[in-house]
Amino acid sequence: MRELSLHILDIVQNSIAAGASLVELHVVEDLAGDWLVIEIADDGKGIPQQQLGQVTDPFFTSRTTRPVGLGLALFSKAAEQAEGELLIDSQVGIGTKVRAVFRYSHIDRVPLGDIAGTVLAIISLNPQVDVVYRHSFCESAFSIDTRRIKHELDAVEISHPAVASWLESFLRQGIDDLYRGD
Amino acid sequence: MKSLEELRELRAELEKEISARKSDGKPTIIIGMGTCGIAAGARDILQAVTKEVRKRNLDLNITQTGCIGMCEKEPLLDVQLPGQDRITYGKITVQDVERIIVEHVINGNVVAELAIARLEEGGCKL
Repeated sequence: MRELSLHILDIVQNSIAAGASLVELHVVEDLAGDWLVIEIADDGKGIPQQQLGQVTDPFFTSRTTRPVGLGLALFSKAAEQAEGELLIDSQVGIGTKVRAVFRYSHIDRVPLGDIAGTVLAIISLNPQVDVVYRHSFCESAFSIDTRRIKHELDAVEISHPAVASWLESFLRQGIDDLYRGD
Repeated sequence: MKSLEELRELRAELEKEISARKSDGKPTIIIGMGTCGIAAGARDILQAVTKEVRKRNLDLNITQTGCIGMCEKEPLLDVQLPGQDRITYGKITVQDVERIIVEHVINGNVVAELAIARLEEGGCKL
Protein backbone atom coordinates (compact mmCIF):
# COMPACT_ATOMS: atom_id res chain seq x y z
CA MET A 1 0.00 0.00 0.00
CA ARG A 2 1.23 3.48 -0.84
CA GLU A 3 -0.03 5.09 2.36
CA LEU A 4 -0.37 4.01 5.98
CA SER A 5 -3.85 5.57 5.78
CA LEU A 6 -4.80 2.88 3.26
CA HIS A 7 -3.57 0.19 5.65
CA ILE A 8 -5.72 1.81 8.35
CA LEU A 9 -8.79 1.75 6.09
CA ASP A 10 -8.08 -1.93 5.39
CA ILE A 11 -7.53 -2.94 9.04
CA VAL A 12 -10.74 -1.17 10.08
CA GLN A 13 -12.60 -3.45 7.62
CA ASN A 14 -11.62 -6.31 9.94
CA SER A 15 -13.27 -4.46 12.84
CA ILE A 16 -16.42 -3.94 10.78
CA ALA A 17 -16.45 -7.61 9.74
CA ALA A 18 -16.07 -8.52 13.43
CA GLY A 19 -19.32 -6.69 14.13
CA ALA A 20 -17.78 -3.74 16.00
CA SER A 21 -20.08 -0.93 17.08
CA LEU A 22 -17.19 1.30 18.15
CA VAL A 23 -13.85 1.78 16.39
CA GLU A 24 -11.17 3.92 18.01
CA LEU A 25 -8.30 5.11 15.86
CA HIS A 26 -5.34 6.76 17.50
CA VAL A 27 -2.44 8.22 15.51
CA VAL A 28 0.58 9.55 17.40
CA GLU A 29 3.34 11.38 15.56
CA ASP A 30 6.10 11.68 18.13
CA LEU A 31 8.93 13.46 16.33
CA ALA A 32 10.98 13.96 19.49
CA GLY A 33 11.01 10.22 20.20
CA ASP A 34 11.12 9.46 16.46
CA TRP A 35 8.08 7.16 16.57
CA LEU A 36 4.86 6.93 14.66
CA VAL A 37 2.22 4.89 16.43
CA ILE A 38 -1.09 3.77 14.94
CA GLU A 39 -3.61 2.08 17.18
CA ILE A 40 -6.93 0.64 16.05
CA ALA A 41 -9.19 -0.69 18.80
CA ASP A 42 -12.64 -2.16 18.36
CA ASP A 43 -15.37 -3.84 20.39
CA GLY A 44 -15.91 -6.58 17.83
CA LYS A 45 -16.12 -10.30 18.48
CA GLY A 46 -12.38 -10.72 19.05
CA ILE A 47 -9.84 -13.28 17.84
CA PRO A 48 -9.55 -16.67 19.58
CA GLN A 49 -6.24 -17.06 21.46
CA GLN A 50 -5.05 -19.96 19.31
CA GLN A 51 -5.46 -17.86 16.12
CA LEU A 52 -3.68 -14.74 17.40
CA GLY A 53 -0.22 -15.96 16.36
CA GLN A 54 -1.42 -16.72 12.83
CA VAL A 55 -3.21 -13.54 11.80
CA THR A 56 -0.15 -11.91 10.22
CA ASP A 57 0.45 -15.04 8.14
CA PRO A 58 -0.81 -14.23 4.62
CA PHE A 59 -2.03 -17.80 4.24
CA PHE A 60 -4.23 -17.60 7.27
CA THR A 61 -7.73 -16.16 7.11
CA SER A 62 -10.95 -16.70 9.03
CA ARG A 63 -13.07 -16.33 5.93
CA THR A 64 -14.12 -19.36 3.97
CA THR A 65 -14.23 -17.99 0.41
CA ARG A 66 -10.47 -18.35 -0.22
CA PRO A 67 -7.39 -19.22 1.81
CA VAL A 68 -5.48 -15.93 1.83
CA GLY A 69 -5.76 -12.82 3.98
CA LEU A 70 -3.30 -10.04 3.35
CA GLY A 71 -4.47 -7.09 5.46
CA LEU A 72 -2.62 -7.66 8.72
CA ALA A 73 0.28 -9.38 6.94
CA LEU A 74 0.96 -6.29 4.83
CA PHE A 75 0.52 -3.89 7.76
CA SER A 76 2.91 -5.95 9.85
CA LYS A 77 5.55 -5.92 7.09
CA ALA A 78 5.16 -2.15 6.70
CA ALA A 79 5.96 -1.75 10.42
CA GLU A 80 8.87 -4.19 10.39
CA GLN A 81 10.53 -2.56 7.39
CA ALA A 82 10.58 0.72 9.36
CA GLU A 83 12.26 -0.77 12.43
CA GLY A 84 8.92 -1.15 14.16
CA GLU A 85 6.47 -3.89 14.96
CA LEU A 86 2.83 -4.85 14.98
CA LEU A 87 1.16 -6.03 18.17
CA ILE A 88 -2.29 -7.53 18.40
CA ASP A 89 -4.18 -7.87 21.61
CA SER A 90 -7.57 -9.50 21.47
CA GLN A 91 -10.15 -11.05 23.72
CA VAL A 92 -13.11 -13.01 22.46
CA GLY A 93 -16.31 -11.15 23.23
CA ILE A 94 -14.46 -7.95 24.22
CA GLY A 95 -12.63 -6.70 21.15
CA THR A 96 -9.32 -6.34 19.38
CA LYS A 97 -6.53 -3.80 19.55
CA VAL A 98 -3.97 -3.54 16.76
CA ARG A 99 -0.94 -1.40 17.53
CA ALA A 100 1.65 -0.63 14.86
CA VAL A 101 4.85 1.20 15.69
CA PHE A 102 7.18 2.71 13.08
CA ARG A 103 10.51 4.52 13.30
CA TYR A 104 9.30 7.94 12.17
CA SER A 105 12.36 8.98 10.19
CA HIS A 106 13.12 5.54 8.71
CA ILE A 107 13.71 5.75 4.98
CA ASP A 108 11.33 2.82 4.39
CA ARG A 109 8.57 4.18 6.61
CA VAL A 110 5.50 4.50 4.37
CA PRO A 111 3.97 8.02 4.50
CA LEU A 112 0.77 8.47 6.48
CA GLY A 113 -1.01 9.89 3.42
CA ASP A 114 -4.61 11.07 3.29
CA ILE A 115 -5.78 10.24 6.79
CA ALA A 116 -8.79 12.59 6.48
CA GLY A 117 -9.94 10.65 3.40
CA THR A 118 -9.62 7.38 5.29
CA VAL A 119 -11.55 8.58 8.36
CA LEU A 120 -14.27 9.98 6.08
CA ALA A 121 -14.52 6.72 4.16
CA ILE A 122 -14.87 4.76 7.42
CA ILE A 123 -17.56 7.09 8.77
CA SER A 124 -19.61 7.48 5.59
CA LEU A 125 -19.58 3.81 4.58
CA ASN A 126 -20.40 2.60 8.10
CA PRO A 127 -22.92 5.07 9.52
CA GLN A 128 -24.04 2.49 12.10
CA VAL A 129 -20.54 2.28 13.62
CA ASP A 130 -19.27 4.90 16.06
CA VAL A 131 -15.81 6.20 15.30
CA VAL A 132 -13.39 7.97 17.58
CA TYR A 133 -10.32 9.42 15.91
CA ARG A 134 -7.53 11.04 17.88
CA HIS A 135 -4.42 12.35 16.21
CA SER A 136 -1.50 14.02 17.89
CA PHE A 137 1.48 15.67 16.27
CA CYS A 138 4.21 16.78 18.68
CA GLU A 139 2.37 18.94 21.22
CA SER A 140 -0.89 19.48 19.31
CA ALA A 141 -3.87 17.19 19.06
CA PHE A 142 -7.06 16.80 17.07
CA SER A 143 -9.97 14.54 17.79
CA ILE A 144 -13.45 13.70 16.59
CA ASP A 145 -16.08 11.42 18.09
CA THR A 146 -19.03 10.53 15.84
CA ARG A 147 -21.21 9.87 18.91
CA ARG A 148 -21.02 13.59 19.63
CA ILE A 149 -21.74 14.44 15.98
CA LYS A 150 -24.70 12.04 15.85
CA HIS A 151 -26.06 13.56 19.05
CA GLU A 152 -25.97 17.01 17.39
CA LEU A 153 -27.54 15.64 14.21
CA ASP A 154 -30.45 14.00 15.99
CA ALA A 155 -32.62 12.44 13.24
CA VAL A 156 -30.39 13.56 10.36
CA GLU A 157 -28.11 10.76 9.15
CA ILE A 158 -24.35 11.11 9.37
CA SER A 159 -24.07 9.64 5.86
CA HIS A 160 -26.17 12.46 4.35
CA PRO A 161 -24.07 14.10 1.58
CA ALA A 162 -24.35 17.55 3.17
CA VAL A 163 -23.16 16.21 6.51
CA ALA A 164 -20.33 14.32 4.79
CA SER A 165 -19.32 17.58 3.21
CA TRP A 166 -19.23 19.33 6.61
CA LEU A 167 -17.28 16.39 8.06
CA GLU A 168 -14.75 16.57 5.27
CA SER A 169 -14.06 20.27 5.86
CA PHE A 170 -13.96 19.72 9.62
CA LEU A 171 -11.44 16.89 9.30
CA ARG A 172 -9.25 18.51 6.67
CA GLN A 173 -9.11 21.80 8.55
CA GLY A 174 -8.47 20.06 11.87
CA ILE A 175 -5.58 18.06 10.44
CA ASP A 176 -4.10 21.11 8.65
CA ASP A 177 -4.21 23.03 11.94
CA LEU A 178 -2.61 20.09 13.71
CA TYR A 179 0.43 20.19 11.43
CA ARG A 180 0.66 23.96 11.74
CA GLY A 181 0.67 23.58 15.51
CA ASP A 182 -2.50 25.66 16.10
CA MET B 1 -12.70 26.62 11.86
CA LYS B 2 -15.67 24.44 11.05
CA SER B 3 -17.72 24.46 14.21
CA LEU B 4 -20.47 22.45 15.81
CA GLU B 5 -22.58 25.59 15.58
CA GLU B 6 -22.38 25.26 11.80
CA LEU B 7 -23.38 21.61 12.09
CA ARG B 8 -26.47 22.58 14.11
CA GLU B 9 -27.52 25.08 11.43
CA LEU B 10 -27.01 22.42 8.79
CA ARG B 11 -29.16 19.97 10.78
CA ALA B 12 -32.02 22.48 10.97
CA GLU B 13 -31.86 22.90 7.20
CA LEU B 14 -31.68 19.18 6.50
CA GLU B 15 -34.53 18.29 8.83
CA LYS B 16 -36.92 20.24 6.59
CA GLU B 17 -35.71 18.50 3.48
CA ILE B 18 -35.48 14.99 4.92
CA SER B 19 -39.18 14.23 5.04
CA ALA B 20 -39.25 14.83 1.29
CA ARG B 21 -36.58 12.20 0.65
CA LYS B 22 -37.77 8.68 0.13
CA SER B 23 -36.30 6.05 2.40
CA ASP B 24 -36.28 3.05 0.06
CA GLY B 25 -36.30 2.40 -3.65
CA LYS B 26 -33.10 4.40 -4.02
CA PRO B 27 -30.25 3.48 -6.35
CA THR B 28 -27.32 1.87 -4.54
CA ILE B 29 -23.63 2.16 -5.36
CA ILE B 30 -21.41 -0.52 -3.87
CA ILE B 31 -17.64 -0.14 -3.69
CA GLY B 32 -15.21 -3.04 -3.22
CA MET B 33 -13.30 -2.30 0.00
CA GLY B 34 -11.28 -5.48 0.46
CA THR B 35 -7.49 -5.26 0.76
CA CYS B 36 -7.27 -5.64 -3.03
CA GLY B 37 -9.82 -2.89 -3.68
CA ILE B 38 -8.16 -0.47 -1.28
CA ALA B 39 -4.71 -1.17 -2.75
CA ALA B 40 -6.09 -0.56 -6.26
CA GLY B 41 -7.60 2.84 -5.40
CA ALA B 42 -11.08 2.23 -3.93
CA ARG B 43 -10.79 5.19 -1.55
CA ASP B 44 -10.27 7.58 -4.50
CA ILE B 45 -13.25 6.01 -6.26
CA LEU B 46 -15.39 6.57 -3.16
CA GLN B 47 -14.27 10.22 -3.04
CA ALA B 48 -15.16 10.66 -6.72
CA VAL B 49 -18.61 9.12 -6.13
CA THR B 50 -19.24 11.36 -3.12
CA LYS B 51 -18.21 14.40 -5.16
CA GLU B 52 -20.66 13.53 -7.97
CA VAL B 53 -23.47 12.85 -5.51
CA ARG B 54 -22.96 16.27 -3.93
CA LYS B 55 -22.55 18.07 -7.24
CA ARG B 56 -25.76 16.61 -8.66
CA ASN B 57 -27.64 16.46 -5.35
CA LEU B 58 -28.48 12.78 -5.85
CA ASP B 59 -30.43 10.73 -3.34
CA LEU B 60 -28.78 7.31 -3.26
CA ASN B 61 -27.13 4.81 -0.94
CA ILE B 62 -23.36 4.29 -1.00
CA THR B 63 -22.22 1.06 0.62
CA GLN B 64 -19.24 -1.27 0.56
CA THR B 65 -18.44 -4.90 0.06
CA GLY B 66 -15.34 -6.93 0.86
CA CYS B 67 -13.16 -8.91 -1.53
CA ILE B 68 -15.40 -10.84 -3.92
CA GLY B 69 -12.58 -12.75 -5.62
CA MET B 70 -12.12 -10.55 -8.68
CA CYS B 71 -9.03 -8.90 -7.21
CA GLU B 72 -7.40 -8.40 -10.61
CA LYS B 73 -10.40 -6.33 -11.75
CA GLU B 74 -10.31 -3.91 -8.80
CA PRO B 75 -11.31 -1.18 -8.25
CA LEU B 76 -14.84 -2.53 -8.57
CA LEU B 77 -18.01 -0.48 -8.41
CA ASP B 78 -21.50 -1.95 -8.59
CA VAL B 79 -24.67 -0.11 -9.49
CA GLN B 80 -27.99 -1.48 -8.37
CA LEU B 81 -31.04 0.40 -9.59
CA PRO B 82 -34.31 -0.54 -7.89
CA GLY B 83 -35.86 -3.59 -9.55
CA GLN B 84 -32.98 -4.07 -11.99
CA ASP B 85 -29.96 -6.37 -12.29
CA ARG B 86 -26.88 -5.43 -10.32
CA ILE B 87 -24.09 -4.39 -12.69
CA THR B 88 -20.42 -4.68 -11.74
CA TYR B 89 -17.91 -2.28 -13.28
CA GLY B 90 -14.25 -3.24 -13.13
CA LYS B 91 -10.84 -1.57 -13.37
CA ILE B 92 -12.54 1.76 -13.15
CA THR B 93 -10.76 5.08 -12.80
CA VAL B 94 -11.80 8.30 -11.08
CA GLN B 95 -12.64 9.63 -14.57
CA ASP B 96 -15.06 6.74 -15.22
CA VAL B 97 -17.12 7.56 -12.13
CA GLU B 98 -18.88 10.61 -13.58
CA ARG B 99 -19.79 8.69 -16.71
CA ILE B 100 -21.22 5.72 -14.77
CA ILE B 101 -23.26 8.07 -12.59
CA VAL B 102 -24.63 10.13 -15.47
CA GLU B 103 -25.28 7.30 -17.93
CA HIS B 104 -26.31 4.49 -15.61
CA VAL B 105 -27.48 5.91 -12.28
CA ILE B 106 -29.27 8.96 -13.71
CA ASN B 107 -30.26 7.83 -17.21
CA GLY B 108 -30.58 4.09 -16.62
CA ASN B 109 -28.24 2.93 -19.41
CA VAL B 110 -25.54 0.40 -18.53
CA VAL B 111 -22.05 1.58 -19.60
CA ALA B 112 -21.33 -1.61 -21.55
CA GLU B 113 -17.61 -1.21 -22.18
CA LEU B 114 -16.82 -0.82 -18.47
CA ALA B 115 -19.24 -3.47 -17.19
CA ILE B 116 -17.74 -6.87 -16.35
CA ALA B 117 -20.62 -8.73 -14.72
CA ARG B 118 -24.36 -8.73 -14.33
CA LEU B 119 -25.81 -10.25 -11.20
CA GLU B 120 -29.26 -11.61 -11.84
CA GLU B 121 -31.47 -13.45 -9.46
CA GLY B 122 -29.89 -16.84 -8.92
CA GLY B 123 -26.41 -16.22 -10.23
CA CYS B 124 -23.65 -14.25 -11.81
CA LYS B 125 -23.38 -13.95 -15.58
CA LEU B 126 -20.02 -12.81 -16.90
